[in-house]
Amino acid sequence: MLTESQVRIFCDMKKDKLPNTAESKILKAEESTLIRDAVQEDLIEIIKLDAQNTGIEKDDYWQAAFDRFGNGESGFFLVAETEHHVCGYILGEVRAWEFGSPPCGWVFALGVHNDVREMGVGSKLFDSICLHFKETGIEKVRTMLARSDHLNMSFFRSQGMRGGPFIQLEKNVAD
Amino acid sequence: MKLNKATRFALFSILELASKPERHLSATEIANKYDISSHHLVKVLHSLVRARLVGSVRGAGGGYRFIGNTKRITLLDIVEIFEDIRQPPAEHEAADETEIGQALSQIMLEIDEITIATLNSISIETFLKTMHYYQQELPQTTS
Repeated sequence: MLTESQVRIFCDMKKDKLPNTAESKILKAEESTLIRDAVQEDLIEIIKLDAQNTGIEKDDYWQAAFDRFGNGESGFFLVAETEHHVCGYILGEVRAWEFGSPPCGWVFALGVHNDVREMGVGSKLFDSICLHFKETGIEKVRTMLARSDHLNMSFFRSQGMRGGPFIQLEKNVAD
Repeated sequence: MKLNKATRFALFSILELASKPERHLSATEIANKYDISSHHLVKVLHSLVRARLVGSVRGAGGGYRFIGNTKRITLLDIVEIFEDIRQPPAEHEAADETEIGQALSQIMLEIDEITIATLNSISIETFLKTMHYYQQELPQTTS
């Protein structure tokens, strides 16, 4: 099995052989992106990336998410790394028997840096987490997002996701 | 949700043409494949030409071909050329102002919003890339 640095060297070698066209830039980005488990040191870049995409800096949330899912036991917290920087992240866990739903993979956070949009980074993250789910015997992956979130909605659709048999409901409980 | 005939003809045409963008197809060829009226289809194709989603070439070897951006054009973009699914029904009844009428309108709005978000999230490229998933789930017919 290759180590992370071997993977990076191998990917960089492939990247250097590609011509410098727009299409090859996408291929280069795809090839040189390494998907790996998140580590504590990634949180600064993850928080920055999330704040860039959502406009809210949530240090406590991300630290708690890392404490809970960073060990790979309760869920999966993966990052995409390119040129030694975090350019994307994905977070998910296995949920079971919520209103009769057999165990399934849940993706509840995904972010990709603006500079690497449409370069396959999101797909690579999603494929990786799906692989992790599959390895635990999971056959379905689900997510929930805002109807107005066109970017993520289009992304998940492009990955083959579609409306499932469950529906999200809510009620205002504030006075 | 029931789309009108012109919208469905437009979706069939666009998706058929976009599946092989380098190919030209005549209105008759598309009409025959989907068993639809070629007379009606020609009018729909003219609308798509005006919307700059389809190009037409006259003469032998000519026909229609997709010229839009498969990554950017969504199903909603095509639907909205032919019908305004965002607008509430034109007929407004006094009953709509009642408590029950208003609650019913909210539920209909909820359904419409899901429809719009769904159509808007599926680009031509995504549709063509993922349509086989829907095919796999069709009930198997026994011969």
